[in-house]
Amino acid sequence: MEGTLFNIFAGLTLLSAFMVVANPFSRNPVTSAMFLVTAMISISGLFVLLGAYFLAAVQILVYAGAVMVLFLFVIMLLDLREAARRKLNLISLAMGIMAVGALFSVYKSSLESTYGEAPQQHEAANTGQAEAKPAKVVGSTRALGQALFSKDNGFILPFEIVSILLLVAMVGVILLSRKEPR
Amino acid sequence: MMEPTLSQYLLVSGALFAIGLLGVIVRRNLLIIYMSLELMLNAANVALVAMSRFNGNLDGQVMVFFIITVAAAEVSVGLALIVALYRKRQTADVEDLATMKL
Repeated sequence: MEGTLFNIFAGLTLLSAFMVVANPFSRNPVTSAMFLVTAMISISGLFVLLGAYFLAAVQILVYAGAVMVLFLFVIMLLDLREAARRKLNLISLAMGIMAVGALFSVYKSSLESTYGEAPQQHEAANTGQAEAKPAKVVGSTRALGQALFSKDNGFILPFEIVSILLLVAMVGVILLSRKEPR
Repeated sequence: MMEPTLSQYLLVSGALFAIGLLGVIVRRNLLIIYMSLELMLNAANVALVAMSRFNGNLDGQVMVFFIITVAAAEVSVGLALIVALYRKRQTADVEDLATMKL
């Protein structure tokens, strides 16, 4: 059950992420934004599978809600439709694909060398002994709030700094989008 | 079916990051580049949540919480910058915004 859901959500995430970047049917930024919404929703599905329930809700609220509304507003505001098709530079396209493919293959091979055969050998070495697996944490709202605001090893100072950062961003956006008085 | 392992989640996260990086490198539209940046941030989030789950430590999820907050602030400032740039230059294509290039 969990494996099937993982396959569905992971495939949907990667497919819609690919459609954001390289949609073969349409070059309209609005389609990209819509596929970004499906990517965000399936990522939040992955979060649910990982037991991070609060983060899944926040992901949908913040990304699929606020951020996407902002994106769509800006797309409509700029009205980019007439500049839809433009000749792609084939050399830079090939170079980009090569560079990213090389990076991803390095990542994949390092992942395989770390997690590939080692755990099975490890398990075969100490069969019979109950392996001391760490308990699976559940990121419910209560647990996350307690981790965030606990007195001794909480994150109260970073939390306050982030709230100041949000205030600064708000003031900065108002300043940036104001028409210059002249 | 089997329960997905940590390396499967990390593989998905790496693939998502690679797709986002490809978008940043290949695409020429500023807004699409920005969406690809969001994809890359989310790839990091998936990796952090998976690590937090399989290591039994909630700190990774707290980190993701902060990343989502900072990403929201970043999106609002970045889109305001794009709108301001569009007002000055009437374009959102990076090929036309190359005045600093040699």
